[in-house]
Amino acid sequence: MKWRRWLLLPLILALAAGLGYTVLSLPDQAQGLQGAVADQLDKSGVSNPVTAVLLNFRGYDTLLEMVVLLLALLGVWSLGVQPAVRTESDPGPVLDTLTRLLVPVLVLVAAYLLWAGAHAPGGAFQAGAVLGAAGVLWLLTCGRPQHGLARLPLRIALVAGVATFMAIAALALQTGRQLLEYPPAQAGSLILLIEAMATVSIGVTLAALFLGAEPTDKE
Amino acid sequence: MSVPFLYALVGIGLFCLGLHALIVHDHLLRKILAINVMGSGVFLVLVALARRGGDTPPDPVPHAMVITGIVVAVSATALALGLMLKVKEATGKNELPDRDRD
Amino acid sequence: MTLLAWAFDALLGLGLLLLAWRALACPDLFKAVVLFVAFGLLLALAWVRLEAPDVALAEAAIGAGLTGALLMAALARLGDD
Repeated sequence: MKWRRWLLLPLILALAAGLGYTVLSLPDQAQGLQGAVADQLDKSGVSNPVTAVLLNFRGYDTLLEMVVLLLALLGVWSLGVQPAVRTESDPGPVLDTLTRLLVPVLVLVAAYLLWAGAHAPGGAFQAGAVLGAAGVLWLLTCGRPQHGLARLPLRIALVAGVATFMAIAALALQTGRQLLEYPPAQAGSLILLIEAMATVSIGVTLAALFLGAEPTDKE
Repeated sequence: MSVPFLYALVGIGLFCLGLHALIVHDHLLRKILAINVMGSGVFLVLVALARRGGDTPPDPVPHAMVITGIVVAVSATALALGLMLKVKEATGKNELPDRDRD
Repeated sequence: MTLLAWAFDALLGLGLLLLAWRALACPDLFKAVVLFVAFGLLLALAWVRLEAPDVALAEAAIGAGLTGALLMAALARLGDD
C-alpha cells in the first residue's frame, strides 16, 4: 500500500532522534578498558594493545572469526556460482604491468604488517587482507589456478590458521592451563606463529571468496 | 560537541540512511550496499565512543571488535552476493518475488 | 579543540553522509559501487581521526578494497547472464 512509503520516513527520523538522544546523553568522559589492558600488556607478549586484545585477551573471538571466514567460503562454494574470472583471461597491458609490479610489493607489505603488528599498527588481519588483494590481482591476470595448485595445497592453506590456533589452544589445555592461556615467556612467539598462519589463511580465503567457484580437477 | 560525539552522530545517520535504503529498494545489490552502510555506521559509533577517555589512549577493546566486525561483514557480503547470483540464475530477475504487490 | 580540527571533522562527517546517500540513491549500479568504494576510503580517514590506525588499515584493505572487488565481480556476473 502506497501510504506505507510515507510512514517510513517519519519512523526512521524518530529512530534517528531516539538513538541520537541516547548517544548524546552518555557521559562526556568515560574510562573504558584502557586501564585494564595497559596493566596486563607486558604479560601479553606484544606491545600493541589492539593486537594484545585480539590475539591474547580475546583470542577466543578471533578464533571463531577465522572459523566464520571459512564458513562463508563453504557457503559460497556450496552455492555453485559462476567464477568471477574465466579460465582464459586476456589482461590488457596496463593490468599486466601493474600486477607484475604490485604483487611482489604487496607480499612484502603483508610480511611487514605481520611483523609490525606486535609493536605498531598492523597485525594478522591487515596483512591477510593485503595478501588477499595480491591474490585478487593475480586471479584477474592469470585466470584460474592450475589444478595442481588447486586441490590439496589450497585446502591446507585455508585451514592452516584455524588449525594452528586450535593446536596451540589444545596444547595449553594439555599442560594444565586454561584454554588459550599462553605461557607468558613464550606468548610473543606463539602469537607471531598464530598470526603468520592466520595471515596465509585469511589471504587465501579472501581470494577464494572473490573467485567464488570451487576449484575442480578439470582445469 | 566534542569529536567522539560528532562521529557517533554521523554513525547514527549512516545507520538510518542504510536502513531506509534497505527497506525502500527492491534490487538485491542495493540491499547489500545498504547493509554494508548500516554496518559501517555501527562501527563508527563503537569506535567513536571508545575515544571518550580524554587524555588517555583510546579503548582498544572496541577497536578489536570492529576489526572482527569488518572481516565478518566482508564474509557475509560475499555470501549474500553468491545468494543474489543464484536468485538471478533461478528466477531471471534481480528482485525477490513478492506475493502481494500493490 | 582548534577550529581547524573541528572544521576538518565536520567536513569529513558531512562527506561520509553525502557519499553514503549518493551511493544508495544513484540509479546507475556501477556508479553506486564506485561511490561505495570512495565512501570506504573516507571512512578509513575517519578511523585515523579517531586514533584507530589498526581499524583504518583493516577498513582500507578489506572494507573498501575487497568489498569493492566483490561487488564489481558480482555486478559483472549479474549483467551478462
